[in-house]
Amino acid sequence: MRNLLSRTRLGTEGVLLGIILALSIVLALTTDSFLTLQNLFDLLNNQSVNIIFAVGLVVVLIAGGIDISFAVAASVVQYVVMTLLIDTLGGGSWPLGILLSMLVGTLLGLFNALLIHRFRIVSIIVTIGTFNLFFGLLMYFTGGVSIYDIPDWLYYSIPLLNLPAERGSATLYFPVAVMAVMVMLTWFILARTGFGRAVYGFGSSPEAARRSGVSVWKIHAFAYGWLGLCAGVAGLMQAHIVQEVVPNALIGQELPILAAVVLGGATLGGGRGSVLGAVLGVLLLAVVQNGLNLLGVTPYAFRMIVGLIILIAITTSNLGNLLPRSTRAQNV
Amino acid sequence: MSEIAIRARHVSKVFGQSRVLDDVEFELRRGEVMCLAGENGCGKSTLIKIINGVYKPEPGIEFTFGDETLSDISPMEARSRGIHVIWQDLALFPHLTVAENIVFDDYVSKPWRPISYKKALQQSREIIQQFGLKLDPTARVEDLSIAHRQLVAICRVLRAGASIIFMDEPTASLTHKEVQALLAITRSLAEKGISIVLVSHRLAEVLEVCQRVTVLRNGQLVGMYPTEGMTQARLSTLMTGLELELTPRAKTHQGEPVLELKKLSRAGEFADISFTLHRGEILGLTGLLGAGRTEIAHTIFGMTKPTSGSIHKDGQPLKLNSNRDAVRHKIAYLSEDRLHLGLVQNQSINMNTAVTVLPTLEQPRFFLSPQRIKALTARWIAQLKTKVSDAELAVSSLSGGNQQRIALAKWLATEPDVLILDCPTIGVDVGAKAGIFDIIRGLADQGVAILLISDEAGEIWMNTDRALVLRDGRIATEVIPSETTEETLEAIINA
Repeated sequence: MRNLLSRTRLGTEGVLLGIILALSIVLALTTDSFLTLQNLFDLLNNQSVNIIFAVGLVVVLIAGGIDISFAVAASVVQYVVMTLLIDTLGGGSWPLGILLSMLVGTLLGLFNALLIHRFRIVSIIVTIGTFNLFFGLLMYFTGGVSIYDIPDWLYYSIPLLNLPAERGSATLYFPVAVMAVMVMLTWFILARTGFGRAVYGFGSSPEAARRSGVSVWKIHAFAYGWLGLCAGVAGLMQAHIVQEVVPNALIGQELPILAAVVLGGATLGGGRGSVLGAVLGVLLLAVVQNGLNLLGVTPYAFRMIVGLIILIAITTSNLGNLLPRSTRAQNV
Repeated sequence: MSEIAIRARHVSKVFGQSRVLDDVEFELRRGEVMCLAGENGCGKSTLIKIINGVYKPEPGIEFTFGDETLSDISPMEARSRGIHVIWQDLALFPHLTVAENIVFDDYVSKPWRPISYKKALQQSREIIQQFGLKLDPTARVEDLSIAHRQLVAICRVLRAGASIIFMDEPTASLTHKEVQALLAITRSLAEKGISIVLVSHRLAEVLEVCQRVTVLRNGQLVGMYPTEGMTQARLSTLMTGLELELTPRAKTHQGEPVLELKKLSRAGEFADISFTLHRGEILGLTGLLGAGRTEIAHTIFGMTKPTSGSIHKDGQPLKLNSNRDAVRHKIAYLSEDRLHLGLVQNQSINMNTAVTVLPTLEQPRFFLSPQRIKALTARWIAQLKTKVSDAELAVSSLSGGNQQRIALAKWLATEPDVLILDCPTIGVDVGAKAGIFDIIRGLADQGVAILLISDEAGEIWMNTDRALVLRDGRIATEVIPSETTEETLEAIINA
């Protein structure tokens, strides 16, 4: 897609947005319920957790790493935070809950960063290890038992915006606001601070970054720590939305989110990707799923279609490499 | 002009047992372009790393900047005195834009200050214009040619306030035109009072632009010489300590035709290439970088398909679907990229030598005998006079010249009729080059037909029976070296 992009000067984000809009138009014409306020608000409510994960993950990918332990880490955060709040802190509150979730998430992320940095192990191996470690510990200590008795502040949903719609009303809930804050924060750090650009620089060429005086540990700590923080927040939001904590509620989410982020322009090689791209990647897959549901296609087809979308996107972006060397676009 | 920008005296460095630099002196004037010459391993890089503070020299060193004398220099100190090195790999960020690369040091020094891309663009434009360069600050570095990337690296050090710039092999992968442009830029930077040190293997170009040349050999200073009146031959002698023979190969015997190309073309790469290669002949294929030399070799070796025309071997038309077919027809191709394509660097010398003939070595049973691999390697090591202490060591442990011998051995093991050599002396020292060409001449004497690709006029002139000069993918002219001079050949190539 990238070749097509540089020619059209839209960027991955532009093309994704275009595809999402085109799909939406098709869905608006073929179904009655797609272009309703309820459906669009539901889309946002349902995707807020995934988007928080995605903006964390895109940081790691830009820095040239990968992490598959974050979804499991989020489950660990849910348990640790819930247990702490209920057993020792007398229930807690939203500020305390969010703060604790961030803290525990960040610590889990830093654990990954430490292994990757200190022992120079490839990030995929480290996070396969911690993925199993986190999940194993979780199952061992919880015995697979869910927590249904969550504090009141977490139990009741918080409407942000209530608009009258065709049938009843459409409501945006609190997680969407949290998602918006995380998106803005991540975007600001990556796009508007020198440190963020250094993360891109490190992902693009670690050796050049090192020679420019970039601290490799700071990059690793930030990337995996930030993903941990986002995972913590996402975990809390997920528990809030489903009003319970189930140990295997999030496991398995890591690959679809990774797929969405890659669709959004990030690569496993590092140096590429953006927050907007990650958000649009999640939204594209969400619109596809939503559309398939509304069209009455069997949910079993969804994974297959996601796979096809990713393969098509990656293939088109590499088509240019098949041309003879001298007929490829020469950008000078 | 004659003001001294930096002088370093009594520079010594010891690594373990070996004395890499021995009481060397280095002096650079303000606004001077200087060449730092010497064979691989002579201590050039060590000297540069000492001057920019990366290596700690042995005590007794003396740095002079104007009236100030220092006995030690840290990387920070070196930077604050405007000393910058542009290494051959340029250390740029391919996914970032030109402007971001130029201002990248700000990102590191003030990481949490909110940035403005507009400001980065504007600052980059200022630098680009101030030094009269041609660069689009909004382009991504990965989309630029090597020559333009080099300009980005130069802009980056200029913005950091460089007044002394060391450039490591800046001309290595540039076309002739690009080299000329780079040298012109070097000259204009020098006129603005910036001192530049070029480290280069391409002596001809360097002599053209530099005012003085500092020659190192085996860690010792041979001398600092003005380039006026310096010839390439004399410089080679200073670098190697050897008097090298400089006569063209006398066109001697020639056998029957082996390989014949008839109007071979490949869209976008080369067109209408026809020539005949005879047994025992060394045919030169030269031309500027990008003239289509390597592309033709790839097609003869079956790696790309021609769009029209044909290749004949021993009078029979060849249809090559892959390079395996070419090897079967006894065609061998020594890649120009020895480091990445020619050898598997971290595998042993034994395995690298045997890799082309593994199926033969497996005969008669499906069993690869370590003894036979060792015997094969030992035979070629002896035949090519390769300096190898242990053939089980990784090939990366060898020097450039010896690596190239192993790469040659690997192909000679296939007993080729046609041997295509793509720039066989890249990254090989002046002294070792002569050894490689001795081998090549010996092969021709044994009846191998050799196609020698090179962009160094001197190599072509000295080592081929005739040479085809390519221009924009076509054969521009044919030259018989023994009937002309090296300078004429050079002029034809660069025309």
